[in-house]
Amino acid sequence: MTESTHAPTVALPRDAAGRLANGLPKALSGISGLDEITLGGLPRGRPTLVCGGPGCGKTLFAMEFLVRGAAQFDEPGVYVTFEESEEELAANVRSLGFDVEALVAQGKLAFDYVHVDRHEIEETGDYDLEALFLRLDDAIASVGARRVVLDTIESLFAGFSNLALLRSELRRLFRWLKDRDVTVVITGERGDGTLTRQGLEEYVSDCVILLDHRIEEQISTRRMRVVKYRGTSHGTNEYPFLIDEQGISVLPITSVGLEHRVTDERVSTGVDGLDAMLGGRGFFRGSSILVSGTAGSGKSTLAAHFADATCRRGERCLYLAFEESRGQIVRNMRSVGIDFRARLEAGNLRIEACRPSLYGLETHLAQIHAQVGEFEPHAVVLDPMSNLANSNHTLDASAMLLRLIDHLKSRCITAMFVNLTGGGHTLEATDVGVSSLIDTWLMLRDIEAGGERNRGLYVLKSRGMKHSNQIREFVITSHGIDLLDVYAGPEGVLTGSLRASQEAREKAAAIAREQEQQQRQRELAFRRAALDAQIRALQQEASMLDEEIGAQSEQYVLATDTMEQQRQATVRRRGGEETA
Amino acid sequence: MTSNGSFAAGKRQSPNPEEDSPSGADTDEQWELRLYTAGQTPKSVLAFNNLKRICEEHMPGRYQIEVIDLMRNPRLAKEDQIVAIPTLVRKLPQPLRKIIGDLSDTERTLVGLQLRPRGR
Repeated sequence: MTESTHAPTVALPRDAAGRLANGLPKALSGISGLDEITLGGLPRGRPTLVCGGPGCGKTLFAMEFLVRGAAQFDEPGVYVTFEESEEELAANVRSLGFDVEALVAQGKLAFDYVHVDRHEIEETGDYDLEALFLRLDDAIASVGARRVVLDTIESLFAGFSNLALLRSELRRLFRWLKDRDVTVVITGERGDGTLTRQGLEEYVSDCVILLDHRIEEQISTRRMRVVKYRGTSHGTNEYPFLIDEQGISVLPITSVGLEHRVTDERVSTGVDGLDAMLGGRGFFRGSSILVSGTAGSGKSTLAAHFADATCRRGERCLYLAFEESRGQIVRNMRSVGIDFRARLEAGNLRIEACRPSLYGLETHLAQIHAQVGEFEPHAVVLDPMSNLANSNHTLDASAMLLRLIDHLKSRCITAMFVNLTGGGHTLEATDVGVSSLIDTWLMLRDIEAGGERNRGLYVLKSRGMKHSNQIREFVITSHGIDLLDVYAGPEGVLTGSLRASQEAREKAAAIAREQEQQQRQRELAFRRAALDAQIRALQQEASMLDEEIGAQSEQYVLATDTMEQQRQATVRRRGGEETA
Repeated sequence: MTSNGSFAAGKRQSPNPEEDSPSGADTDEQWELRLYTAGQTPKSVLAFNNLKRICEEHMPGRYQIEVIDLMRNPRLAKEDQIVAIPTLVRKLPQPLRKIIGDLSDTERTLVGLQLRPRGR
């Protein structure tokens, strides 16, 4: 059994008696996704009609309802089959992982094959179907059944000719089943213009589920719709569903709503330069990232870095490739220094490659759901999502991606979507119009100039974090991606060799400027030195003059003294009489 | 009743020379019949009485009727593939035949027991 992978995840408000808050008691079907749509399962103690065309999955639906009831919810079941024998049924569902025989052996499941062959039977008067009731009663008692499947009771209409009697007996049967408080699934073949050929919906008025298997553009798609569910609200859309190794899984379109858990945790993008552009720490965990760009702009390489970084942290990454095979991806990424082989062997990485045209969108979506459920990755890369859009209508693709993003967000899985932008479109428009759902949008673009093509990367938006508004040059080397600052000077944004030559030119000019400056410095220093010399000469001259001035003044005093002495001497010599 | 209608239709036909001596009717073969009922309902009592009358008329001394009350033994309903009540099963002679209803349409009962060829 595989019940562990399909454990019910719905948590609905209930009162103490296990009744749902909106009043009607329900029985969890255990069918993945159905309980979300029906807000808790099928109406407990009442019949549910499951109808659809041949091969739409009615029998499987009914069987899964019983098997999961018996294995997961401790509600034993009785399967009344009118078309196939017990052995045939068991063989048919064994490939889906349901071990019916084991459940029968444990006394949790009972089968009754009601075979009515009109050729063997002659009707000779009044009769009723009491024996059918007795058989059912006996089977219910033998396992203590809480669930009953009638698949498909319409066969009785082929076995008996008294239709009025048959209809009144059916009405009595449903009444009888309700009285026994068992939850019943009745299957019915879809009729022409009616839900069932024999108008079973007339008897089963509580819940009607329509299954549909249609082919659109040669691609098969299964869908489910709850046509009616009396006394409770339910999802009314057509929900795609898938039948795989684990039974039915329905994909509720908007079942998760916008109630995502959010986290502040950040995860590396795998490229240091890009982490730096996103506030230095990378993406938010559980956010959705869109990488878009034209062909050959390095989208896949960027996605591979992200996948590699996820694995390097010891987490799991699911890489869904719609363009390249696994081997091709491994080889190509080796050329940029990413060893995916080792990641695959370590079990951190899983690459699932398939052509978008192989299945319908719903099947893809369902498979992605199933893989996510099984592998439980921390990150998912979808490369490229634009291919999915090509394979079907844009509207469908958009709805599908919306559901996928919702689903991944609800599980806090970081999702990276790679989108190829067509040549003729605006770069900022995605083919499938999911841009509004994206948290972080990285744009890769070609920058053509000077006869070469270079790659530029910028962050178009990134919710809830500071991010760089710069365009970085994106260079793929043999050891991975390098982000370089582009030349953004007065001559515009330059990349590649133009950037290199511009940088060289700038360098030369700088050297020249420096030399000129040094020359000027030297000149000024020389002039200054000359001036100093002049100053020194003048100072010398000045001090010489000072000396001369001192000497001259001394001479004068000396001379004056001398003259006075001579005059006095003359006086003395003339008589020694001093004229007073 | 529709049974009366079909009975009348049968009578309107010109009598078939084989009708009164169908194949096997004049041999010594033993008839083993089972009548499945669910309790003592008027329908099952009527069926038993009708069966007894037909047997006495067409195979006196060569028949054996076993009445099985499914109320007491419901598992036999599954084993013998019984859906309607009352059901008459011809175990012998082979092949097995099932006749449902209260056997009030004698003509159809005889056809069902292959005492009279299907025709009309």
